[in-house]
Amino acid sequence: MIHVVKRKEMPFAQAMAIRFGIIAIALTVCGVITALTTGLNPIAVYGTMIQGSFGSPRKVWILLQEVALLLCVSLALTPAFRMKFWNLGGEGQVLAGGLASAACMILLGDKVPNAVLILLMFVTSLAAGALWAAIPAFFKAKFNTNETLFTLMMNYVATQLVAFFVIVWENPKGSGTVGIINQSSEAGWLPVIAGNKYMLIVILVALLTAGMYVYLNYSKQGYELSVVGESPSTARYVGIKVSGVIVRTLIISGAICGFAGMLLVGGSAHTLTTSIAAGRGFTAVMVAWLAKFNPAVMVGSSFLLEFMGYGAGEIATTYGLNQSFGDILTGIILFFIIGTEFFITYRIVFSHKERGVVEE
Amino acid sequence: MFDFIISFIPRAVAQGIPLLYGCTGEIITEKSGNLNLGIPGVMYVGGICGVIGSFLYERTLGGAPINPALGILIPLISCIVGSMLMGLIYCFLTVTLRANQNVTGLAMTTFGIGLGNFFGGSLIKLTGADIPSISLTATSNLFRTTLPFAGSTGWFGQVFFSYGFLAYVAILIAIGASFCLNRTRIGLQLRAVGENPATADAAGISITRYKYVATCAGCVIAGLGGLYFVMDYANGIWSNDAFGDRGWLAIALVIFTIWRPAASIPASILFGGLYILHLFIPTGTDLAVKELYKMLPYIVTIVVLVLTSLRNKRENQPPESLGLPYFREDR
Repeated sequence: MIHVVKRKEMPFAQAMAIRFGIIAIALTVCGVITALTTGLNPIAVYGTMIQGSFGSPRKVWILLQEVALLLCVSLALTPAFRMKFWNLGGEGQVLAGGLASAACMILLGDKVPNAVLILLMFVTSLAAGALWAAIPAFFKAKFNTNETLFTLMMNYVATQLVAFFVIVWENPKGSGTVGIINQSSEAGWLPVIAGNKYMLIVILVALLTAGMYVYLNYSKQGYELSVVGESPSTARYVGIKVSGVIVRTLIISGAICGFAGMLLVGGSAHTLTTSIAAGRGFTAVMVAWLAKFNPAVMVGSSFLLEFMGYGAGEIATTYGLNQSFGDILTGIILFFIIGTEFFITYRIVFSHKERGVVEE
Repeated sequence: MFDFIISFIPRAVAQGIPLLYGCTGEIITEKSGNLNLGIPGVMYVGGICGVIGSFLYERTLGGAPINPALGILIPLISCIVGSMLMGLIYCFLTVTLRANQNVTGLAMTTFGIGLGNFFGGSLIKLTGADIPSISLTATSNLFRTTLPFAGSTGWFGQVFFSYGFLAYVAILIAIGASFCLNRTRIGLQLRAVGENPATADAAGISITRYKYVATCAGCVIAGLGGLYFVMDYANGIWSNDAFGDRGWLAIALVIFTIWRPAASIPASILFGGLYILHLFIPTGTDLAVKELYKMLPYIVTIVVLVLTSLRNKRENQPPESLGLPYFREDR
């Protein structure tokens, strides 16, 4: 007889060791698949990936910035996930924030001082992201509307809204894009510190990571949302207002997504497109889940996923393959990691018939 | 006005058929309690597997005329095998290994879209062919063959007979799924698994088997939608990301139809119509407004989602255990 038994908590170090082991196995499998499908030497391919990610200081900084942006969205989704509210609307909330930032830059770029403009961008993009998340949260709290599907649909509403404004703000007319916003005046561009245009985003997200860690683990609100996630009825019993916690948590979640949108538009891309969120809203779900919703571990998981995507992009350019190769490798690695969680949570027991004496 | 309707309906149907496949597949899957967000990826995989199959077959022909039976069967079987493998991956992870369904589904979408775009973009280079783009005209002509009398029956033929066989298969599958879910013992048991697996388990129904079969069948059906899209709608020409967000729209459609495959036939045509409505609305030079029209299918879905939760009728709710893994020892 084989049966499956839930483990008592596995020691953190052991669980992490298993996860790293499985990532190594997954990378090996990816290497074999690469060799089989493309006929390339897998070791050379990994060499190219590392070269592509860490080859020069500029590449390292770009990688760090990408990690920071993905981490930002992952941090945003985490409070909602801890509450077992499946916010799959990160994509839309980032777009809403980016749209608000772009609106400020385009409409007020030459009317207000730069500091005021950036402050306005900050406020409006947080508000826009929060609004985009608060709508599904309200219906979830009031009528128990399925939040997974609601937030998913909100993504496409946001995409089309952005598509609408991209055409309204076309620059130059007929190009179908808004181009680089305020290219000459650089109004609304986030400041460059220490001569490094990637540094600010990395610092801001690092602060956010620490803040989120404290919020989730040491604040009353963080505790409340965990209780709601574990058991809404327990939460009600101890006097937590469940609907209030849901809406409040999602406002925080959406606002941070909106902040990521502002970082994207004001800090790195300086433009607005429908694909500016670039699937981060979805990738972040996986980042957060891989890290078991722990902000500190998320730094590692977002780094892993960005490295895969970015490195595989380098392979594609070097060997003349399609850019999507990275998505395949990422998918395979995710399958491995997702599968491993089973062996961390459960253990398989082979029991023998003759042992069948029932303890009294 | 009449002419407009006659030209609009076939295009709405052609847009609606991939959605119908995706929607029927996802309804069957969700009825077993599995919320498979990998459907967009599965549809890409279905499409690209069909393309790979027929691409390799057309290359072996070397100018000889295509054998109609093989020309249909090879892409069809490749598509079914590819989508079924995706279904098996999903089931193995979520049912056997009890992984989180949302995460697994999203990983499948990343993987599937990546797979589609990678092979779509690299197939020519990988096989060393000396052609500029993947254009499977011969195969596509087979898939697009209409009934012989379709052209001679005027507007009636245009509205009802102007489609390739996969369009009719989609409608038959939807009707069959509806019948199976509502009128047969298997359907009843499947719904029981999705609503309350513990009770179904106690009644002697194998949860694992139902979840595996329903999810794999759902994936195969959804994959056929991808095949229809490339071979029929896109004339056998694969272009990366051409399929777009139709997979998500199919998931929206599941909610819109409130988990009813029969309702998904008119609903998918309606969504197909909404998807292309912007092409027919006379907005003059104001292109921006067209983007707002493209929002309609999603807005409509949200409204339906909210209304069903507001009215709170028991038969209109999502399957009770949707998205939750089942672990007998956890009860």
